Amino acid sequence: MQVTMTVNGAEVTEDVEPRLLLVHFLRDTLGQTGTHWGCDTTNCGVCVVLMDGQPVKSCTVLTAMAAGHEIDTVEGLEKDGVLDPVQEGFMEEHGLQCGFCTPGMMMTAKALLAENPDPTEGEIREAISGQICRCTGYTNIVKSVRWAAGHQVAEPAAEARS
Amino acid sequence: MASTEASTTDVAPDSATEERPIGFGRLRRKEDPRFIRGIGKYVDDIKLPGMLHGAVLRSPLAHARIKSIDTSAAQQHPKVHAVITGKDLEGLGLAWMPTMSADTQAVLATDKVRFQGQEVAFVVADDRYSARDALELIDVDYEPLPAVVNARKANDPDAPVIRDDKEGQTNNHIFDWEAGDKAATDAVFEKADVVVSEDMLYPRVHPAPMETCGAVADMDKVSGKLELWTTSQAPHAHRTVYALVAGLPEHKIRVISPDIGGGFGNKVPIYPGYVCAIVGSILTGKPVKWMEDRTENLTSTGFARDYVMRGEIAATNEGKILGVRVHVIADHGAFNATAQPTKYPAGFFHVFTGSYDLEAAHCSVEGVYTNKAPGGVAYACSFRVTEAVYLVERMVDRLAVETGADPAELRLKNFLKPEQFPYQAKTGWEYDSGEYEPTMRKALEMAGYEELRREQAEKRERGELMGIGISFFTEAVGAGPRRHMDILGLGMADGAELRVHPTGKAVVRIGVQSQGQGHETTFAQIVAEEVGIPPEDIEVIHGDTDQTPFGLGTYGSRSTPVSGAAVAMVARKIRDKAKIVAATMMEASVDDLEWEKGRWFVKGNPSQGKTIQEIAMGAHGTLDLPDGVEGNLDETAVYSPPNLTFPFGAYIAVVDIDPGTGHVKVRRFIAVDDCGVRINPMIVEGQIHGGLADGVGMALMEVIQFDEEGNCLNGSFMDYLIPTALECPDWELGATVTPSPHHPLGAKGVGESATVGSPPAIMNAVIDALRPYDVKHMDMPATPGRVWDAMNGRAEPPQ
Amino acid sequence: MQVPAPFEYERATSVDNALELLARLGSEARVVAGGHSLLPMMKLRLAVPEYLVDINDLGGELDYIRVEGDEIRIGALTRHRDILASDTLDVHFPIFRDAERVIADPPVRNRGTIGGALCQADPAEDLSAVCAACHAQTVIRSSSGERVVSMDDFHVGPYETAVGDGEMLVEVRLPMRSGPGSAYEKVERRAGDWAVAAIGAALWVENGRVTNAGIGLSALGNVLRAGRAEEALKGKPPGDEAFEAAAKAVAEDCSPATDGRGSEEYKRHLAAELTRRALRRAADRVSEGV
Repeated sequence: MQVTMTVNGAEVTEDVEPRLLLVHFLRDTLGQTGTHWGCDTTNCGVCVVLMDGQPVKSCTVLTAMAAGHEIDTVEGLEKDGVLDPVQEGFMEEHGLQCGFCTPGMMMTAKALLAENPDPTEGEIREAISGQICRCTGYTNIVKSVRWAAGHQVAEPAAEARS
Repeated sequence: MASTEASTTDVAPDSATEERPIGFGRLRRKEDPRFIRGIGKYVDDIKLPGMLHGAVLRSPLAHARIKSIDTSAAQQHPKVHAVITGKDLEGLGLAWMPTMSADTQAVLATDKVRFQGQEVAFVVADDRYSARDALELIDVDYEPLPAVVNARKANDPDAPVIRDDKEGQTNNHIFDWEAGDKAATDAVFEKADVVVSEDMLYPRVHPAPMETCGAVADMDKVSGKLELWTTSQAPHAHRTVYALVAGLPEHKIRVISPDIGGGFGNKVPIYPGYVCAIVGSILTGKPVKWMEDRTENLTSTGFARDYVMRGEIAATNEGKILGVRVHVIADHGAFNATAQPTKYPAGFFHVFTGSYDLEAAHCSVEGVYTNKAPGGVAYACSFRVTEAVYLVERMVDRLAVETGADPAELRLKNFLKPEQFPYQAKTGWEYDSGEYEPTMRKALEMAGYEELRREQAEKRERGELMGIGISFFTEAVGAGPRRHMDILGLGMADGAELRVHPTGKAVVRIGVQSQGQGHETTFAQIVAEEVGIPPEDIEVIHGDTDQTPFGLGTYGSRSTPVSGAAVAMVARKIRDKAKIVAATMMEASVDDLEWEKGRWFVKGNPSQGKTIQEIAMGAHGTLDLPDGVEGNLDETAVYSPPNLTFPFGAYIAVVDIDPGTGHVKVRRFIAVDDCGVRINPMIVEGQIHGGLADGVGMALMEVIQFDEEGNCLNGSFMDYLIPTALECPDWELGATVTPSPHHPLGAKGVGESATVGSPPAIMNAVIDALRPYDVKHMDMPATPGRVWDAMNGRAEPPQ
Repeated sequence: MQVPAPFEYERATSVDNALELLARLGSEARVVAGGHSLLPMMKLRLAVPEYLVDINDLGGELDYIRVEGDEIRIGALTRHRDILASDTLDVHFPIFRDAERVIADPPVRNRGTIGGALCQADPAEDLSAVCAACHAQTVIRSSSGERVVSMDDFHVGPYETAVGDGEMLVEVRLPMRSGPGSAYEKVERRAGDWAVAAIGAALWVENGRVTNAGIGLSALGNVLRAGRAEEALKGKPPGDEAFEAAAKAVAEDCSPATDGRGSEEYKRHLAAELTRRALRRAADRVSEGV
């Protein structure tokens, strides 16, 4: 069946099986492998992307169900060579180690900050409570999001550091 | 001859800043830019032209004879390219493969299946969905057999023999091993005023990295070269094993570990799925990808622990610890697939002597087979140091309760003293350095220990349950001296290569493999520290056996102690050679030169010097170098450590338990680590944070259990619970620095310290909280139900 | 990661269309909304429907929380996230916010719906217990009309509800009586886990006496509502004596099983303990709500 959706602002149309999971659509059909998967039972949250601005576990969304919606993934965070404050924050505060859960964590952080620009530590922990990290012990992820909260861009963006 | 080149001697080397140290210090990671953009390259991201997908059919039964396998329906599936069974592999001599412990493991079962989840057949199809569909078309006829699930029963006379494939194997016994002086220890126990014993289980748990295991095998028929992209913590070791197993010439095998989403020991072994992918590629002539799912990961790959221990501690009435004695039944599952140095089938368990000045110690370990997944050494255990530290720290706490001593005071009283180092432990180790008391006192101060005990006393009067738990650990890591330590005959030394290019940039190649530890940053920092080239000018190459020197890989916290030392050594060789080149360039004598980071200059005339960048250009140029000195600025080194390193730390956990439900909350966790010199404190702290979360996991929720028939009860993340951000407190970290005397950088490694030290701290806290209920011991995990059972006098091990 | 077996997919354009599709496609068709109960089962191949009827576009008809007369009505497609956020609901039935805080996790709550939760009828699922405690009515529609079914009759057993072939749950109705207070108490091994045991309690108090009481159970066996415990509360002053009697009745009448989450004995203990706690908090909220 044919599906059309917006991925990172661009409209895509592809022919897929109804059973194709969104995470595989992104990774295998579109070749955007920044979104990862880590379990079979919708628990780990490694696959989180934004659907209409809200974090969802893309392993438990059918591509067909996502048709007509807006999907945002890690690949869309950097805009015109400028990194999102969330991305800067994770680098600055060592919020990632192996990087596997990081895309999902950053997408959730981005959605959180859009709704709550100055979240407390507790609110950040609650927001990421559906996503497992095995490397960082979470403290630095919280710090990364707090850094991003404190560096939200209101005026023209600073140069991206690579 | 006078130099006619333009003078650049008055240009200072790139100046270091606090944000961008040249050498050790807090430095943002060089690998991060690709990860935060989602363009890391993990094995499942690999897509090769014509690539096919494999899937493994697994046994639903823990112990059963295979009567027949019918693959005809699967073979007829329009998207299936091949279906492989044990019989097919037998024909190729690949049905069995060696394990890292020199046992054998079935690649695909032939006669019997020996654990639930064991590999039985392999399907190669166009895509992962079809491969999964095809599995359902394979029909296997099993004849169930009784299963051995409890390690304590593995040696029962009527226990079925699991490894009847092994000639001469008439029971489920694998090995016996001991360390220490039994007679001396028995004598010490005889005369002791106080003897406390306790049975304790370190339950089976699983490293469960967020990325599961997998491989893409690409056999080029024409060149005969196999390229294997795989989740491996030890690419070179894997390459050698594949050469020995598959009969492929080793120079025709390239193992590439790209980015790895966490290892924690889970990615040390070679799994049947990898071998099947290779065979699939050979048969189909196309690349074959195999990525396991999470259930496969939890039920078939290298688990950790499963040590059934009986600990005993002997002391005087005054609280002087005299000796520790341990007996262990080690559950290795259906195949002995643990990876640890050959001479140490129980790993480094004999460091259970801990941080204390003992008169004697002895341990005996018996390894047994059971009808469960193979493994035991994994999940940041530092080769069984997790088990050892848990045992001794629980026993010390038991002793404290028995004698009415404060657990902090009891430890302080019995610590080894600095003047005793290097310390000959009673089981054979030589601890390199240690100054325990300041570390302990720092933790107590950070925790506000006295205040916590006061609060606890008040709460107890109100019937509220609060616990304070201490764990002081000494680890043995950094394997190891190649004379004594090998895996499958491969000595545990590591190579390093450093090349400095004409324009002063450098490439360092190492034999260890990052799975998140930040090697691309820390190893650049080591070179920077030694040679003065800024880290951003140093490329760190790892993970590709074609591009890196031989090394034994990353596990057991060995990267910094072994490979880090190799890099320091090779960098020093570069620096020494640079001195000669500089002397030649400046027409000075080598003896007249002095080093400041990044340049050699003439003693007493600092403005006359050459930066390392200038020297690099010179080395590649037309200089008339002295006899015996070759051009370019490249060096290699192989480092065999003279000893292990012994990081240590003091951990304090504060827990609150709801008396009505048994629910445990970790309120605070204070961790003071001493891992010697810290190359990048930010990375060190990150490593510690992660390990502390492991402690919350193991102490409160992680466990792999089986029912009587050997069905795994925790085969998904619905039932194998890993802590979220809500269960983890904000970690409170402190540091002391006691360098390793034998390590070139004084560094000891830290990767597993927190995973080792935290479970006993939390369990000691839980049991401390339950004092009003007279709970002497309870096993992990302290789930609400198990805590409540303990409160009601029914503390049982999870199985 | 495990993946579902093949199936055919239809996207409903209206409730009527959905019902028409269900009637046409028969018993091999399943409705999918958030999909966070059904898709995990399909990935493990524990459920293999031939057709999925996607009703996610029906928000206009089925996604709402509103007061209608003396009832609060919740559309079946209302997401957990919106139930959690709803002040309308929280004012009258704080038990919903209590429960939603501990249902799954934020990304799952963004997709899962109350309809999906109730229709899945997992024995450890929370909203069934909540609705039972609140004396909810469910509205089931088919192409021949609607029927209103009490929560007791809706929830038949584990994974079994009163929704038949060609039918859909469309609405949940909660009675607004005077003097309400409610609370949910859940024990879980870890955030986001299924309940080890959970109790939802609702009280309606007038003139210092309990006029009505609802106690819903989760993960305590095939007992959804503790009828005897509810009776023990009626007419009594809302205090420890009555709560104790109710707690005892719940512990006796539930039928928990020993499993990885806890022993039977522990769960019975929790049944009583959590009943006490839920009733106390419900009673506190009655006082606060006046």
